[in-house]
Amino acid sequence: MPTSPIVEMKDISISFPGVKALDRVNFRLFPGEVHALMGENGAGKSTLIKALTGVYTIDEGTVIVSGRSRRLGGTADAQAAGISTVYQEVNLCTNLSIGENVMLGYEVRGPFGINWAATHRRASQMLQKVGLGALNPRLPLSSLSIALQQLVAISRATVTDSKVLILDEPTSSLDANEVEDLFRVIRALRDEGVAILFVSHFLDQIYEISDRLTVLRNGVFQGEFMTTEIEQSELISTMVGKEVGALDSLERASARRDVDRGTPVYEARGISRKGSLEPTDATFHAGEVLGIAGLLGSGRTELARLVYGADKLESGTVRLRGAEANISSPSQALEARIAYASENRRDEGIIRDLSVRENLILAVQAERGWARPLPAQEKTALVEKYMTALNVRPADPDRPIRNLSGGNQQKVLLGRWLATQPEVLILDEPTRGIDVGAKTEIMEQVIALAEDGVAIVFISSELDEVVRLSDRIMVMKDRRKLAELVVDETVTSDSIITTIADESAPEQPGSTQTAGTGAGS
Amino acid sequence: MSTHSTHRPSALRELIRRPYFWGVIAIALLLLINSIKDPGYLAVSYNSASGNLVGNLIDILRAAAPIAMISVGMCLVIATAGIDLSVGSVMAVAGAVAMEFLASAGGSPTAALGALGLALLLGAALGAVNAVLVSVVGLQPFISTLVLMLAGRGLAKVITGGQNTAASNDTFRWLANGYVFGIPVVFLLAVAIVILVGLLVRRSALGLMIEAIGMDPRAARLAGVNRRGLLFAVYIASGTLAAVAGVFASASVMTVDVSNTGYQLEMDAILAVVIGGTSLAGGKFNITGAAIGALLIATLDKTVVFLGISSSATPAFKAIVIIALCLLQSERIRAMFRARRSRPSDISSDTPKEAVAA
Repeated sequence: MPTSPIVEMKDISISFPGVKALDRVNFRLFPGEVHALMGENGAGKSTLIKALTGVYTIDEGTVIVSGRSRRLGGTADAQAAGISTVYQEVNLCTNLSIGENVMLGYEVRGPFGINWAATHRRASQMLQKVGLGALNPRLPLSSLSIALQQLVAISRATVTDSKVLILDEPTSSLDANEVEDLFRVIRALRDEGVAILFVSHFLDQIYEISDRLTVLRNGVFQGEFMTTEIEQSELISTMVGKEVGALDSLERASARRDVDRGTPVYEARGISRKGSLEPTDATFHAGEVLGIAGLLGSGRTELARLVYGADKLESGTVRLRGAEANISSPSQALEARIAYASENRRDEGIIRDLSVRENLILAVQAERGWARPLPAQEKTALVEKYMTALNVRPADPDRPIRNLSGGNQQKVLLGRWLATQPEVLILDEPTRGIDVGAKTEIMEQVIALAEDGVAIVFISSELDEVVRLSDRIMVMKDRRKLAELVVDETVTSDSIITTIADESAPEQPGSTQTAGTGAGS
Repeated sequence: MSTHSTHRPSALRELIRRPYFWGVIAIALLLLINSIKDPGYLAVSYNSASGNLVGNLIDILRAAAPIAMISVGMCLVIATAGIDLSVGSVMAVAGAVAMEFLASAGGSPTAALGALGLALLLGAALGAVNAVLVSVVGLQPFISTLVLMLAGRGLAKVITGGQNTAASNDTFRWLANGYVFGIPVVFLLAVAIVILVGLLVRRSALGLMIEAIGMDPRAARLAGVNRRGLLFAVYIASGTLAAVAGVFASASVMTVDVSNTGYQLEMDAILAVVIGGTSLAGGKFNITGAAIGALLIATLDKTVVFLGISSSATPAFKAIVIIALCLLQSERIRAMFRARRSRPSDISSDTPKEAVAA
């Protein structure tokens, strides 16, 4: 392996209003290696990539490419430095031909402008390298599957003679065979000396393709490892981390209370949706915190969205308080007293241009219908109640919500769902990207709610949080339930990591253990 | 809780910050120009024979009425991040069906009522067609309503058999040309519609819901907001209001001109909404602003005629005024002016950092 890195990023920091997205992160990339960038959602992977491709300007730190310190002011600078990116959602022009896409900006020119015949011939040669030599480059790109478009995008990167190729979750929409084809191309490029930065949340793929990996968590560098030298369980625990500080004040749930295990508030049998969740059972009891543990892409968010009606069920049955029910839209879910706080606070939670007040009352108002507006007094009382209870700062309900910090936005959203007086409250990553103080406040609220008899579903990548808060934990992986554990002293974040890691051996249908939930505790 | 007294001293500043402030200024300026040419322009006299007010201002109010009506509907549609290009054609359809009905049903007040009811029903139905295309089929609002914009005039021609049907009905004529307390009935009705719709959306939660789906449809859906129902409401409102405007447009001459009634009025309505400070991107909307925009467009039309600007130059003159207004409202232009005033030399340093967007 060559000795000097082609890309070296030192002490990179980037801040957004209210969040420190990257905090003195180090990263290096060697020619001829596949380097995996690992971390949960919000860990700073995309931010780091965008810093390297010039989309974001960095606040502090240095970027050295090919031995020269660079200031990347835009994607054009990055390309000039030999860095190409293939994004998760392919960023090619689907209405242009395959050849035009590959050669865009590098068309072969003759005395009369572009020589299309030669351009397409050259495109064919470039496509050959990624194993697509048989394709007719004059066909429109839209005639190709996403997997092939992905390869075309990589082929385009070879045209620009890139020394660094960034692949941001290239495999998320590919099936097993397509992934194999992609990996073949990646290995070929690696052997030619291209440095490849690879992002994926499929651990098995990481172990198959990468030589080295860097782990980030909450914008902080956790370490650089040779892939062969780190166990899967160690990798997972580095990614999910253990934020002890915020949890010290909270007792473990199991020591705290008894849960009524009579008729469950919500019970799903075999609910599924193609491409997002294999048939899965789920039971929520009043007064219980059910934790869902699993990495990104494990099906945890997908399950929540199906329960809430945000995505439509394709099979399975749902019973609410013992009676058969059909929930096919969020408004039906709210009517059934189910609330869901999305993990995607920015795009699916807050409405940026509305005020704190309007954001807070939105769900209650939607449930009442437009014709029955909340009376002004009731509105004020409601807003004041939740802003005080959740300690929203600044305490000005007329301020646009976009001006609040992430933690306070999250509190307003929690207030929005609490105001609907839910009996089932699903919190998807409620503590992500917010400061420790707000985190503790939100978790205290969760406990208080469960004690009031609300069924809480708590989804988080922070396994310690899940273990502390939950009475019962559902472990998920690869879009299905692996196990269901009633939390006692033997359940720790380590034991859950072991459960997830051990399962990576392919297909062991018998290994799924399901703890009984029907019996009284 | 904030104290209310702090708002008072800044009432003027508050007015300046209103999105339709520049529209009001533009109306005043145009009237000023007209008064310079003819000092008696603003005079409103009392016609003792008929008991009506007459004058240029009254003409402007009368001309602004139908534009204001369709602008109100357009404003609601635009707030949902949509657009309704079909209003002009819906006007023609409504006028056509009203005139055909009157031509056969005669001159009684009942017939007038029937014609009005029929026209409104048809307008609502056409609005519902737009709503189905947008919310159920999922077509883009521009395309969905473009279909009806083109098909609507055809439909009007089918209804009248290709003729410009005329009819006579005194009640109907009174609606368009009559006066109450010396003020044109059309204008009073337009004001009533603006106030009624304005109260309806702001006193109920309709306004908040419409803004929510216009700003962020995904977040609004997860908050349980029924997008489809709201889209039906706004497109049906837009269609119905266009029908009202169409009835007045045809009643004033008691003839429907299937090719010209409401012709290109959708553009006037869109302009009125934009002048009123509602962004075409959807979200925050302002019904009062749309009404003021309609008033400005009517003033502009009358001014062009009054100043004797040749008809070939009319569109260009209108365009200049409207572009100037939009530039004044543009945040970027204002920021540029502010920046120039504060530090005249340094322009290159303010490369914006793309922060929260991604």
